[in-house]
Amino acid sequence: MTTSPLRRNTLKLSLLTLILMGFVLSGCSGEGESWNGKDISGLMPGLEFELTDGQGRPVTADQFDGKIKLLYFGFTSCPDVCPTTLQKLGQATESLPTEAQDDVLTLFISVDPERDSPERLAAYVDFFGNGIVGLTGKESQLRQLAKRYRTTFGYEEPDENGNYAVSHSSAVYVFDREGKARLLIRPDLGVEEIRQDLIALAKADT
Amino acid sequence: MSLLDYLMPYDFSPLTVLSFMLVLGFYGVGLLRMPEEDRPGSARIVVFVLGVLICYGVMQTRFDYYSQYMFFVHRGQHLILHHLGPILIALSNPLPVMRFWYGKMGPGVKSGLRPLGWVYRFLQHPLIASFLFVGLIYFWLWPPIHFDAMLSRNLYWVMNWSMLIDGMLFWWLIFDPRPPAITSSLGYGKRILLLALVAIPQMILGAMIVFSRGMVYDVYEVCGRAWPMAPETDQLLGGLLTWIPPAMMSILGILIILRRAMREDGSFTSRSSQMGETTT
Repeated sequence: MTTSPLRRNTLKLSLLTLILMGFVLSGCSGEGESWNGKDISGLMPGLEFELTDGQGRPVTADQFDGKIKLLYFGFTSCPDVCPTTLQKLGQATESLPTEAQDDVLTLFISVDPERDSPERLAAYVDFFGNGIVGLTGKESQLRQLAKRYRTTFGYEEPDENGNYAVSHSSAVYVFDREGKARLLIRPDLGVEEIRQDLIALAKADT
Repeated sequence: MSLLDYLMPYDFSPLTVLSFMLVLGFYGVGLLRMPEEDRPGSARIVVFVLGVLICYGVMQTRFDYYSQYMFFVHRGQHLILHHLGPILIALSNPLPVMRFWYGKMGPGVKSGLRPLGWVYRFLQHPLIASFLFVGLIYFWLWPPIHFDAMLSRNLYWVMNWSMLIDGMLFWWLIFDPRPPAITSSLGYGKRILLLALVAIPQMILGAMIVFSRGMVYDVYEVCGRAWPMAPETDQLLGGLLTWIPPAMMSILGILIILRRAMREDGSFTSRSSQMGETTT
């Protein structure tokens, strides 16, 4: 057959492609700055929302421009995960140098608007210090925000007392001063590791 | 939620809806316009439409929501996009319809499509095709890549489309209806070899997921599951879906090819060309 030299060439070409692919794959990892959290730059869209704050006023994301934002989904009846995480974020923020403390803001988004009224939410977040804002909204607004950050939440069937658990993301999304998505803090990260990332982010940004 | 909510896309992708509409549209119009004697029978039409619809279903209905937040549903989604859907489409043999539309194209369009033909022939080299088939599964299931793909909307779409397109290419190579004795399609022996070859790495990967003790894919943990389910159970089910059905599909594919080879045995006179490259 006349195709045989062509075939041989294709074979060579295919081997070359395999090798090239190997290079590309190995090049994907092990470069860039080292963060303790997961670097999500470019993976997720910038911060955008329309919600309600603890005083019942409408709030949009650009009101927090200029600050580093830690976004966390939860609910005030949350038994352990939410208080632990908020406490961790509070400690990490408070251990920052004083001038940097005001630059970091935690946004606690309640995905349980049925039970978490703005007042209840305000009282809850006050417990965790100054640098934290409680936000909530209509379920449709919350769904939209959750979808934007590729997470979800769901409600359990209420028990005889009307209590129910809410499943939600366990990660903290970190946005820089311009509102760009930067880091994802997994729940297993400690206070010191979060603190290091916040300092690096605050430095890089100014 | 009403039935309509389940049928509506979770993450609406106009490009995806348009592509599926175009495929079904061209297929339908082609069927109506083509000469009676070339037209595929109703069973083949049903198989084709079913193959297209299940691929659409896992991409643009509520199914997609569960695929994003449950690992095992995600594995089911890829099973359909990379295996079942393309297998049905390839087995339904839409070649007459494609030939009909190709005949309608002007010479300008045909020459414009020529580079696409080169890319196609390159991708359909048996070595490349099987490497891509297995490689894509491994690539998207590589834990750091998988994490990113589930976080980034764009990557997620690239992942699903690459699985679907690669599935179509591979299974078309395997189930090409043209007999290799008289055309340039891949010989039956090679097709069987490829099917066995790609089954093994898939079985290894599936078994690795099933038997791993820790959490391999923690993105579902981090981003919340669609409903409360033990992470171990989710991972176990996902591993099983990566392991068993693809292996079974390889075996079924081998049986189908064997049957076809036995039927065609002796029906073509030029036995030497069936040997393929050994004669060159």
